[in-house]
Amino acid sequence: MTITTSIDNDKLLWMYQMMVTIRRFEEQSKREADAGKLRGMHSSVGQEAVPVGVCAHLRDDDYVLGTHRSHHHCIAKGLDLNAMMAELLGKSTGTNKGKGGTMHIADINKGMLGANGVVGSNIPVAAGVGLSARIRGTDQVSVVFFGDGAANQGTLHEAMNLAGIWKLPTLFVCENNRYAESTPVEYSVSGESIAERASGYNIPSVIADGQNVLEMYEIGGEAVRRARAGEGPTFIEAQTYRYNGHFGADNPLTYRTQEEEDYYEGRDCVERMKAHLSQTKVATEDEINEIDQKALATVEEAARFADDSPFPDPEELTTDVYISYP
Amino acid sequence: MVTTETGTRKLSYIQAVNEALRQEMERDPAVFIMGEDIAGGAGREDQGIIDSWGGPMRLTKGLIKQFGKERVRDTPISEAGFIGAGVGAAATGLRPVVELMYVSFFGVCSDQITNNAAKMHYMFGGKIKLPLTIMTGMGAGLATAAQHSETLYSIFTHFPGLKCAVPSDAYTGKGIMTTSIRDDDPVIIFQNRQLMGLPASTHVPEDPYTLPIGKARITREGSDVTLVGIGFTSYLNNQAADLLAAEGISADVVDLLWTSPLDEEAILDSVQKTRKVVIVDEDYPRCSLATDISALVAEQGFDYLDAPPKRVSPPHTSVPYSQPLEAAYMPTAEKVVEAVREVMA
Repeated sequence: MTITTSIDNDKLLWMYQMMVTIRRFEEQSKREADAGKLRGMHSSVGQEAVPVGVCAHLRDDDYVLGTHRSHHHCIAKGLDLNAMMAELLGKSTGTNKGKGGTMHIADINKGMLGANGVVGSNIPVAAGVGLSARIRGTDQVSVVFFGDGAANQGTLHEAMNLAGIWKLPTLFVCENNRYAESTPVEYSVSGESIAERASGYNIPSVIADGQNVLEMYEIGGEAVRRARAGEGPTFIEAQTYRYNGHFGADNPLTYRTQEEEDYYEGRDCVERMKAHLSQTKVATEDEINEIDQKALATVEEAARFADDSPFPDPEELTTDVYISYP
Repeated sequence: MVTTETGTRKLSYIQAVNEALRQEMERDPAVFIMGEDIAGGAGREDQGIIDSWGGPMRLTKGLIKQFGKERVRDTPISEAGFIGAGVGAAATGLRPVVELMYVSFFGVCSDQITNNAAKMHYMFGGKIKLPLTIMTGMGAGLATAAQHSETLYSIFTHFPGLKCAVPSDAYTGKGIMTTSIRDDDPVIIFQNRQLMGLPASTHVPEDPYTLPIGKARITREGSDVTLVGIGFTSYLNNQAADLLAAEGISADVVDLLWTSPLDEEAILDSVQKTRKVVIVDEDYPRCSLATDISALVAEQGFDYLDAPPKRVSPPHTSVPYSQPLEAAYMPTAEKVVEAVREVMA
């Protein structure tokens, strides 16, 4: 796909920095898990470009809704790394005060309305956020990320139909990373693509190279523009790849080949963007190294912050069940 | 303890709840209503068609004409979709009232209720507000058979994070609706369909009013036996109390109004006074509100009791279609009287 949008250098550098930061954060999370400080997490390594390209167009008062595999969504939406790492470790300084963990990270002030541990569960919620913007008369948008697995969950279809009849300002972004746990997408999806399902609900759709952040930026930008202008929802199928297993200890070579992994890792979104910045002279090698170092430093700082933070007080077990419960 | 106002302004249950919805929508532009056929004939305004139904139980009649179709919104048959949308709207500044037409349909949307609405506030460390109200029709006795006659409040009471309210007449119907809409936690209101069909016989104040959350009321005072009921069984307990009075037995009737929070104090105070308790519940007998209250009374009221707690519940079966079978299924005032005779013996 030819990218026709011209993108500011600042934005290009931001997108590169975001993707590198996500990558380093996920690597650090894995180290924390190996050290026994968290039981495990669903790594988003390989998928960084998808939320970065879309979130580049979002404001703090636009809302993103995620999945069980949402660290990259959260970071791209601007959540604080310290608070995120603390949340993974169950500390009281976490985004959710340690009470939600990796699958439920949320920060409403930054428009992250939560990761969600049930496949497909957030999709109707995102439609409701779009409905809320419509009823309140604002130009806010909602973006829901979900996977190829969720594409077969009834909630997607119900929410698309609602978004279609009510012209909701909602982006449906399917991160097709080719696997639902161990089940390949060619097996589970009846049809040539996931994107084509949207036409059944009268929603325009597009298939994107989810490993190309520039393409995600261009496609995401048009979808956000449409939503803000009251033109309704868009469905984006971002084709990407999950480098690691579904969760922690999963060894994906038990259900896929090294050859396939090598192919996708050979078109890595971070490396491709680094090459693009270099080739187009947006950044020198030194400047790129500086971004890399800075990303690593912020992640290391987050790890220290999380380690130094306390666990929640025992009383926190029974708080926040309700706002009030006389 | 809730006291009932007295007066001469008699409304039916439907009129009372309709009034509550209208008044809250007048007061607060963030309130909107969503559900199947809550207006009816959606999309045909250009043919002069509007407000054809006003709700499957007529609770929302007239509202679309007053507030328009953005705030009184008919939905397709997509419960997971629109109840989940209610969660999203509640999280982002609105106060949705969403109708689940029959509580028996919860199976198609339970994830949105039990995994999202109930849990988001806790999982997000208290950093979100979900002022969502779900109203749902429930109850047997109307020949609608197994899939349209359940009660099920015990299932939702089970989940931390949900509040559950069960009005027992027009007065509490309006008060609970107003209270639930104004409350910032997710509330499910279980509206009994037999109660909806009763004639206007209860005084309902015109000005908006709220009721204290989780507080029961005493609808008959007595000292011989405690009758605990909720929703339709509160109505039955009042009838039973009147029958018992004719036999010289005075019943203290506790109308719970809420299953979560539960007014444990009201129940135990009454049992302390009467020393005998009959718990009357229309829901299935296993793992029910009745068993929950039996455990409460047995644990915390043991010293007060002259007899074990007695439950009046339907049998462990689905609700039958045939009228004589359904009549045998349902609790009745006579069955309550019979149960009282047993504990008094």
